[in-house]
Amino acid sequence: MKEEFKVISKFIEEKSRVLDVGCGDGILMEYLSKNKVVDVRGLEISKEKVKKCLSKGLAVIEGDAENDLKQFPDLSFDYVILSQTLQAFMSPEKVIENLLRVGKKVIVTIPNFGHWKVRLDLLFKGEMPVTKNLPYQWYNTPNLHMCTIQDFYNFCNNKGINIYKTISLNGEKISNISNSNLKYKNLISELGIFLLEK
Amino acid sequence: MSNLNKIKSILIKKTLKLDCGKEISNFPLAYETYGNLNEKKDNAILIFHALTGDQYASGINPITKKEGWWNYAVGPGKSFDTDKFFVICANVIGGCMGSYGPGTIDPLTNQPIGTNFPVITINDMVNAQYNLLDYFNIEKLFAVAGGSMGGMQVLQFVSNFPNKARVALPIACTASHSAQNIAFNELGRQAIMSDSNWKEGLYDEKSTNPDKGLAVARMAAHITYLSKQGLQEKFGRNLQERSDLKFGFDADFQIESYLRYQGSVFVDRFDANSYLYITRAMDYFDLTKQFGGNLSKAFKDSKTKFFIISFTSDWLYPTSENKDIVIALNAIGADVGFVEIKTDKGHDSFLLNVPDFLSTIKNYLNTTYSNINERRI
Repeated sequence: MKEEFKVISKFIEEKSRVLDVGCGDGILMEYLSKNKVVDVRGLEISKEKVKKCLSKGLAVIEGDAENDLKQFPDLSFDYVILSQTLQAFMSPEKVIENLLRVGKKVIVTIPNFGHWKVRLDLLFKGEMPVTKNLPYQWYNTPNLHMCTIQDFYNFCNNKGINIYKTISLNGEKISNISNSNLKYKNLISELGIFLLEK
Repeated sequence: MSNLNKIKSILIKKTLKLDCGKEISNFPLAYETYGNLNEKKDNAILIFHALTGDQYASGINPITKKEGWWNYAVGPGKSFDTDKFFVICANVIGGCMGSYGPGTIDPLTNQPIGTNFPVITINDMVNAQYNLLDYFNIEKLFAVAGGSMGGMQVLQFVSNFPNKARVALPIACTASHSAQNIAFNELGRQAIMSDSNWKEGLYDEKSTNPDKGLAVARMAAHITYLSKQGLQEKFGRNLQERSDLKFGFDADFQIESYLRYQGSVFVDRFDANSYLYITRAMDYFDLTKQFGGNLSKAFKDSKTKFFIISFTSDWLYPTSENKDIVIALNAIGADVGFVEIKTDKGHDSFLLNVPDFLSTIKNYLNTTYSNINERRI
C-alpha cells in the first residue's frame, strides 16, 4: 500500500466513522476495515472503480464530491478523507467547506506544486511540469487548481481552518511539517498530508 | 395451464389485514426454491418478482416451459449462486401463478373471484410473503432482492421487518411511483377494461378472455421497458418480411411485428385481472408518504446493508429516483452502495444479460456473505 495511505490510516482512531471521498479502487477503505475497527464509506466518480469497490463488498456510492457531498448530514463522519483530488474540482474552496461540514476531522492530501523539480521545469525548460505525481500534459490534465503546500497553508489560515498536523511525503520519507520548516518542506515534499478541523 | 398441480404453495391460515381494510385468511401463496438451505439457515435469499413475473425465477418454468424470468441471475455459479445460497421466490398475492389472486376460484360460486378480489398493495404482498420465513424456519435472511416492482417490495420488506435481512438489493426501482409510471399503468388498464370480453372483470377462464386488451397493455408497457436507442439499433425502420411498404395497417415494420408478438405470447401466460390488480398496487406505492414525507424514517431501525443499482438508459425508473433512495439512506448513515450501470437496454436491463450488472452483484453477495461469516467467528 502507498506510504500516503499508511500515514492517513495512522491519523484515524479506532471505532470511528470514515468517509473516503474519491475512494478509487477502495484500497484504503479495505485496509481500514481490515486493520482498524472503523465504519467506512466511499464516494467515487468512476463507474469502473465503483464496481470494483462493490465487488469487494465495500459501501461505495457512485457520485462526485461537488454534487453528492450535500446529501450527508452535518458532522456525520469522524473523518473525511480526500486523497489527491482537490486540484481536480471546479471549486476546491466549496468542496473543502463541505468536507468540513460533513466530517469532524478532514484529511486532505495534495500533490505539491512547490516541489523543486516542478519549479526547475518551469524555470529552466519554461514548460509546464510533468512529474511522477503530476503525469499529465497541460492540455489533458484533469488538475484544474494546482497548489503548493504553502498555498494550502495560507488558504487554511485565511479561512480560519485549524491545521492539526501536516506530514511531508518525499518518496518513502515521512516527516513533520511545522511553521519553522515550512519553506524548506515546500521545496522537497512531493505530497502534503493535512489533518484539518473547522 | 394443465400443470397447475405442480405448483408448490403454502396455505396462509392466519389473518392478513390488507391496506384496503379487508381481511384475508386461509389463502395460498405459491413459491419455488433453488439451492439448499444450510444448517445454520443463514444463506437464504428472498427474491421478489416484478409486474409480470412469478415464482419461477430460474431454470425452466414448468407451466410456460420457458426460461425463468431471472435465469441470467439465478442459478449455479450465477449472480445469486444457488450452489451457495438458498433462493426463495414467491408469486405475489394478486398474481396468477398459484397465489391468491383474482383468478382463484371462489368455492361459493365456483367462478373466478375476478374484480371481487380486494385491491392489494406492495405492503400486502410483502406481508403475505413474510410467512415464508416462518414456513422455512428462517430467523434472518441473508438477502432480499428484486428489480422494478421487486425492488419496491425489497424497500417495503426492509421497512416492515428492519432486521430480517442482512443485505437488501433494490434494483431499477423507486420509493414512490411517479405520475408517468401511473399514467402508463392506467393506459394498460384502460386497454383491458375497454375490451368487451373483460365484462367488468367477471369473465370466466373458459369463455373468451379480454386477450386483445391485455395484449395492447403489454405492447404499451413493453415500449417503456426499452430505450429509444436500443429500439433504434435493434429494429430501426426495418421492414417485416417485405421489401416495400404495403400502404395498409399490417405490421409493415419489424418493431410492429415484434410488439404484436410480445402481446400475443403474453396473454397465454397472464391473467388480465391480475394485470389490473398488480399495476394498481404499484401505483399506490409511495413509501415516502407512508413515512410522512421523510423516506429516511422508513429505514431508521435497519442495520441492513443496501446495494442500489440503476441503469443509464432506464427512463421508467430513472437513476434520479434510485438515487433518492441512496440519499435517504445516507441521511441516516445507513450502509449503502450505489452504482449506475451503463447499458442501452433500458428498464429491462435487470432481466437481461448485462455482464457488468450480473458480475457486480455476484461478487458483492459472495464477498459480503464471507465477510459476515468471518466476523462471526
